[in-house]
Amino acid sequence: MDKVNIGAVITTPGSALNYKTGSWRTLKPVLDEAKCKFCNICWQLCPDSAIEQADAKAKKPIKIDYDYCKGCGICVQECPFNALEMVEEEK
Amino acid sequence: MGVKQVVKGNFATAVAAKLARVDVVPAYPITPSTLFPEQISTYIANGEMDAELLLTESEHSAMSAAIGASASGARVATATASQGLKLMSEMLFIASGMRLPIVTAVGNRALSAPINIWCDHQDTIAERDSGWLQFYAENNQNALDLMLMAFKISEDRRVLLPSMVGLDAFVLTHTMEGVDVPLQEEVDEFLPPYKPVYTLDVKNPMTFGSFGTPAHYMEFKYQQWEAMENAQKVIDEVFSEFYEKFGRKYEKVSEYRTDDADIIILTMGSMSGTARAAVDSMREKGIKVGAAKLTVLRPFPFKEIKMLARKAKVLAVADRNISFGFGGAVFAEIAGALINEKEKPMLIDFIIGLGGRDITQEDFYKIAEISKDAIDKGKVEKMIHWINLKEVQ
Repeated sequence: MDKVNIGAVITTPGSALNYKTGSWRTLKPVLDEAKCKFCNICWQLCPDSAIEQADAKAKKPIKIDYDYCKGCGICVQECPFNALEMVEEEK
Repeated sequence: MGVKQVVKGNFATAVAAKLARVDVVPAYPITPSTLFPEQISTYIANGEMDAELLLTESEHSAMSAAIGASASGARVATATASQGLKLMSEMLFIASGMRLPIVTAVGNRALSAPINIWCDHQDTIAERDSGWLQFYAENNQNALDLMLMAFKISEDRRVLLPSMVGLDAFVLTHTMEGVDVPLQEEVDEFLPPYKPVYTLDVKNPMTFGSFGTPAHYMEFKYQQWEAMENAQKVIDEVFSEFYEKFGRKYEKVSEYRTDDADIIILTMGSMSGTARAAVDSMREKGIKVGAAKLTVLRPFPFKEIKMLARKAKVLAVADRNISFGFGGAVFAEIAGALINEKEKPMLIDFIIGLGGRDITQEDFYKIAEISKDAIDKGKVEKMIHWINLKEVQ
């Protein structure tokens, strides 16, 4: 057991980054890069900041951060170009 | 020595907050505790107190503000009662879980429905699992002294838990009594400034009361349990230091004429003086009865209650509260505390004085009579009695 501070105080800011919540997922969004039009709607709507922004000038599509994506599927629902699809998580 | 003043119980708790140099008072007024924020407001307006009075939109917000202020390192006090304490309830558990030594005066008042503004102990009794220390005042001097001691006990590094000091609605909150108000320099010597372990600070960010998964939650609860255990010793130390400094003696359980008593009547709060007067009257008639007063309910004084229980044939508990479907809460706890003792007295519970019904010496004569009957018969035929109850349909 690691030492725990009284009152559940965490003295190191930003330590939530170390807690990977991606394992909670049962379905995951998968991107078809050819279909991504760099609109960034999914990036705006992701409730967990688990999408890395697309760059239209560099023709760089969005990227999903599977360490934190919990598989809610909002990005898949909202993508106007059907560039995202939910697939079963392989265990 | 301090200055003798004739004051109401609410004034006694407010002057204690002033003398403790409280930094922040978040408050929402409620009968019978409204005079507390009023008095604090007067002190601040007169320049007698350097504190922030936060007038919030509810008791839930008042306790939330108290938590924020305490986390930032401030010494924090507030006052509430009855429905107000219930609205605070969610935040009470957060204050103790975050280990913030907030001190709250509670004008012990009955709960709705039916609506009632008078005294019983139901409001604080229903919060006895909230992780707060609980003290109960018998008189206005107690209210002042226990508030001052509560800061010292709560802020002790071995404890770091919040405290509530109960004073009976109207019987104490609005009744004038002679109170010895200590001098500021005496209090400053007794109660040094609060030094928090962790402080909310933008220059050094920390997370307070973070997420506790099943992997860690139990350990935080165990720390709270240990802190409450530590409070047993800290309370004794602070009571004894207070006695040396101010000459007023406090005990978790105070006994009166118990040494050769067959019957001991256990009380809490303002009824305790009435019980002692009743004991004197009954003693004159040769009835071997004594009284005991519970000043500290959390942490529960196991050791003192076990010592007390050895002295009597019947321990009669006067409960100014009711746990529906069981009985009086204090009775239940005493029964629990004594369960593994080899020799224990018969225990009888008396529900008394709910919603401000007067508690008189005659009520204690009745309690003694029922207790005497159990001694004569050698058994408790009825465990829970309602005292001074009218005929109902």
